[in-house]
Amino acid sequence: MALGLVILSLALVTVYFRESSGGALHEAQRIAVSILTPFEVAAERVARPFQDAYGWTTDLLSAKDENEELQKEVEALRQQVVANETAAQENEELKELLQFVRGKEFPDDFDHVATRVLIQPQTVFRHEVVVAAGSSDGVRVDDPVVTPEGLAGTVTEVTPNSAKVRLITDPQSAASALVLETQAAGIVLRGPSDESLDLDRVAKTARVEPGNIVVTSGARVGKYESLFPYGIPIGLVESVSQRDVDLFKRIQVAPLVDFDSLHEVVVLVEKRRKG
Amino acid sequence: MTPADALKATGLLLLVALLQVSWATPIEVGSGHPDLVLVTLVGLALLRGPLFGTIAGFWAGLALDVASLGTLGLSSLLLTPAGYWAGRFGEGTTRSSPYPPLVAVALGTVWLGLGSAIVHFMLGEGASASTVLGGVLVPTLALNLLLAYPVYRLLRRIFPVAARERREVILV
Repeated sequence: MALGLVILSLALVTVYFRESSGGALHEAQRIAVSILTPFEVAAERVARPFQDAYGWTTDLLSAKDENEELQKEVEALRQQVVANETAAQENEELKELLQFVRGKEFPDDFDHVATRVLIQPQTVFRHEVVVAAGSSDGVRVDDPVVTPEGLAGTVTEVTPNSAKVRLITDPQSAASALVLETQAAGIVLRGPSDESLDLDRVAKTARVEPGNIVVTSGARVGKYESLFPYGIPIGLVESVSQRDVDLFKRIQVAPLVDFDSLHEVVVLVEKRRKG
Repeated sequence: MTPADALKATGLLLLVALLQVSWATPIEVGSGHPDLVLVTLVGLALLRGPLFGTIAGFWAGLALDVASLGTLGLSSLLLTPAGYWAGRFGEGTTRSSPYPPLVAVALGTVWLGLGSAIVHFMLGEGASASTVLGGVLVPTLALNLLLAYPVYRLLRRIFPVAARERREVILV
C-alpha cells in the first residue's frame, strides 16, 4: 500500500511537471484551490493579528536594554497595541499602494489590481507567494506584480480567486533591466543569497557604480516583448567588480522590496487586454 | 480503520493543511517553520498504525500541495513514507509513553527536511546546505519537538486507543 501511494505520488509529480498549465491535474488543482481559497482568506485574516503579535514578541525579545517597568506597561497594553498596529499598518500599506497607483511612476498602459498576500513562501527552495486575486479580477499568467517600493515578481498560475506569484528572488525568475543612470542593460537574476540579486550580462565597458538604481527595461527583442513595463524599480547596485576571465561585469543588487514583510501587492493588468 | 476514524482524519488533516499555510508558515525561526502537518500525521500514525499513517500521509501531502498551489504529489511523496514509518514505530512502542511522539517527530522532521532538499535539488531548485541544515532543519526540529507532545495528547482524545489494545501494548 505504502509503495503504491509513493508510486502514485511520483506519477502525480511527473504528470504535473510534464503537462501544460491547462492540463487535467492543474485544472483539478485550480478547482480545489478555488474551493479552499475562502477558507484561506478567512484563516489569513484571523492569523494576521497573531502574526503581528508574534513579530512584535520576537522584536521585544531581541531588545536588550528593556526597562522592567516599561515591560509591565507594554504587557498590559500589548493586546491593544497589536490590534491598533495591525489596523494602522494595513491602512498605511493601502495608502502607499493608493499613492503608488495614482503616482507618475505607475505605468500608463496598465491597470492595477491591489491584493493581499495569502500564503507566504512555503520552502527555502521556491520563492513563491499566493495572492487573493485571480482570473475573476482580470489577473492572468505572466502579469507583473509590484509594490510601492518596486518589482516583486510575476504571476505563474491563476485560479478564479487566487494567483501564484514567483518572486524576483526565486532561482527561476529573470527580468530584463537597465541601470537608470547610465542605461547599461542586463538581466536581473537571483543572487548568491536569498535576499540578493545579480545584474548579469552587463558589458564590461558599461559604467555602473554602487548606489545606481536598477529598473526594468521593458525591452523588446524581435517579436518578444518583456513581461515588465519600463521603469519599475528593482534595486540598488551594491557592488561592482570584473575579472579578466569574465565576459561580463559582476554586479550585485539589493532588492528594494522587503520580501520578508510582503503583505500587500499590486498586480499590473494590461489595459489593452482588459478592454 | 473505522469509517469514523477515516472521516475525522480527512477533515482534521485538511484543516491542519490550511492552518499550516496560513498560520504556521509565517512563524519563522531562522528559515524554519513549525510543521503542523507532519506533527499531526506522526501522531495519527502512532495511534492508528502504518496503513492509516500511509493513507493519511498521502492525503495530507495532497491537501498541503493543493492549499499552497504547490507541485501536486511532491509533499505526498515525502509524507506517505513518513506516515508509514511512524505507524510501524508506534506498533512497537507503548502508546502511553511521551517518548514515541518525540522520537517519531524528530525522525520525521529529519526525513522531511533531507528528503525535500533532495527532491528539490533533483528538480533543479537547490539551496545551500548550510541554509537547509542550519537555517531550516534545526529550527524546524526544535519547533516540531515543542509541538509533538501537546498535539499527540490532543490526538489521543480525538482518536482514543481502545482499552484492550492499550493493555496488549503494555503487556508486549
